[in-house]
Amino acid sequence: MPFPLNLEDLLGHWESYLVSLAIGIAFGVVLEVAGFGDSRRLAAQFYLGDMTVLKVMFTGIVVAMVMVFAASAVNLLDFNLVWVNPTYLWPGIVGGLIMGVGFIIGGFCPGTSLVSAATGRLDGLFFAIGAFFGIFVFGETVGSFEDFWYSSYEGRYIIPEFLNISTGATVVILVLFALFAFAFAEQMERIFGGADLKKAPKWRFGAAGTLLASAVVVMLIGQPDTDDRWNTIKDEKAPMLANRDVQVQPGEVLALMRDDRINLILLDVREEADFNLFHLLDAVNIPADKIPNHLKDFRAKSANTVFMVISNDEKAATEVWKTMVSESVPNVYLLEGGINNWITVFADADFKTATPVESRADDALAYAFTSALGSRYSMANPNPDVFQLEYTTKVKLQAARGGKSGGCG
Amino acid sequence: MTVQGSIKKLVRIPTRSATGGKREARAYLNPYLAGILLGVVLFSSFFLTGNGLGASGGMNRILVWGQDTLVPDHVDRTAYLLEMAGGETNPMDSWVVFVMLGVIVGGFTSGWLNGRFKIETNRGPHVSVKMRWMLAFIGGAFMGYGARMARGCTSGQALSGGAVLSVGSWAFMFAVFAGGYALAYFVRRLWH
Repeated sequence: MPFPLNLEDLLGHWESYLVSLAIGIAFGVVLEVAGFGDSRRLAAQFYLGDMTVLKVMFTGIVVAMVMVFAASAVNLLDFNLVWVNPTYLWPGIVGGLIMGVGFIIGGFCPGTSLVSAATGRLDGLFFAIGAFFGIFVFGETVGSFEDFWYSSYEGRYIIPEFLNISTGATVVILVLFALFAFAFAEQMERIFGGADLKKAPKWRFGAAGTLLASAVVVMLIGQPDTDDRWNTIKDEKAPMLANRDVQVQPGEVLALMRDDRINLILLDVREEADFNLFHLLDAVNIPADKIPNHLKDFRAKSANTVFMVISNDEKAATEVWKTMVSESVPNVYLLEGGINNWITVFADADFKTATPVESRADDALAYAFTSALGSRYSMANPNPDVFQLEYTTKVKLQAARGGKSGGCG
Repeated sequence: MTVQGSIKKLVRIPTRSATGGKREARAYLNPYLAGILLGVVLFSSFFLTGNGLGASGGMNRILVWGQDTLVPDHVDRTAYLLEMAGGETNPMDSWVVFVMLGVIVGGFTSGWLNGRFKIETNRGPHVSVKMRWMLAFIGGAFMGYGARMARGCTSGQALSGGAVLSVGSWAFMFAVFAGGYALAYFVRRLWH
């Protein structure tokens, strides 16, 4: 899944914004040729005689939607890395209502007012100045209703999750919804605007059919699951396991535990019983089969986050590593030799001689614990000055690619 | 626009903004065709960068950049502004600023090439020029305030979030239309 590109690595930090500039120019051209520089044309939407706004917007949305999920279906685009505006339901609805009022009074939305001003329209210019003023007032007043502004937060929450149907089915339903809206809009234009539908171009039926057919194809292919994702990246990632590039030695983990610049997450994927017997200080316990429920949270962590997956040996940790890497979580590593190796390195001699388990299954504890003391062992948080360990550094922070902040971040 | 030239035959919408200037303004593009182009631009943005489009976010950051230049202490004491411009953080260091600048450049270029650039004030027949400016400012202020409350404007929330199926973006989109339609009847004299 080569896209979205890591533009910062490819072009450099500021240079990568040239791509955004080019996209912005194309966006400005499209808004202008659609006639969105003219406030009368925009406001007409609300008097039903000219539904250009609805047609352009919905066409843009469903065309982009079909293309995004088609690219994702064929493993070209990693949808996990595409920014989805987080849902803050009520602030969004209240803000939307306020914007609707501003739209009908002022005749623009922020983007179109810029196009309007750029083509010489003074009303567009005054609207843009007003928008700056509104933004300024918001920045100064949001502190007084911050609880509301952060309320009803659902994070990255998409319609397929809301309706509990597949992404492909959602795409088809939304295309049908848009086509229905267009038919409705054309009737409104006929009734209220006196438009002659016979004069409207015939190719729009062909375009509608093509769009719907594409949506159905996207639905039939389906979106890739974790196994599909692993199969597309296997050739690149499996050698990293074989070469032991991602199995981090205990000495490095110990150093990372004391590195304040790194947000180290010690992800203990063993069953709770084993975790209760003994775990590293500050480790979080998420059993391997529960990991898929947390991937969204993992992807949302700060850029300096390093995940260290831990099992008794390496088997479960390796599987979880594959899952997390397949699902686009950055900076995932696993503890070399797992908990058993950790104990071998850091436990005192008495413990090791007193408690070995004679015969055991792979990925089971190699030492017997008489009580569930969790991290209340000195080996849960060893003193690095006592253990002067040598190790090969494996952890390298990778800059995350993909969408960083929303349309208005 | 050569694209538009070749497409012109397909478009049968009459010219809506007669400029009266020397060069005749070309007709606007068919709305569906403009929508398809918009969809391709939006997809390209997601495909290449992982981000959608935006406008008010860029305006926000330019404003905060101004505030940070004039009253840096105030910025450092206001949580909302701090996030964008606290201490050494450069508020202009964001893709959305460049998309916004692009919109201005693209809008101007297209308007100019199509003979649609004109210094004028578009208004309803019963509204004076000064009244229209005032209403535009007031509408803009509502729009700017609402856009920040909703964490995005028509471009950043409705278009971008809508295309990637965000629940909040779709709820937002219906709210914008609802707000507009609810008030439209009462302010019809502004436009008719």
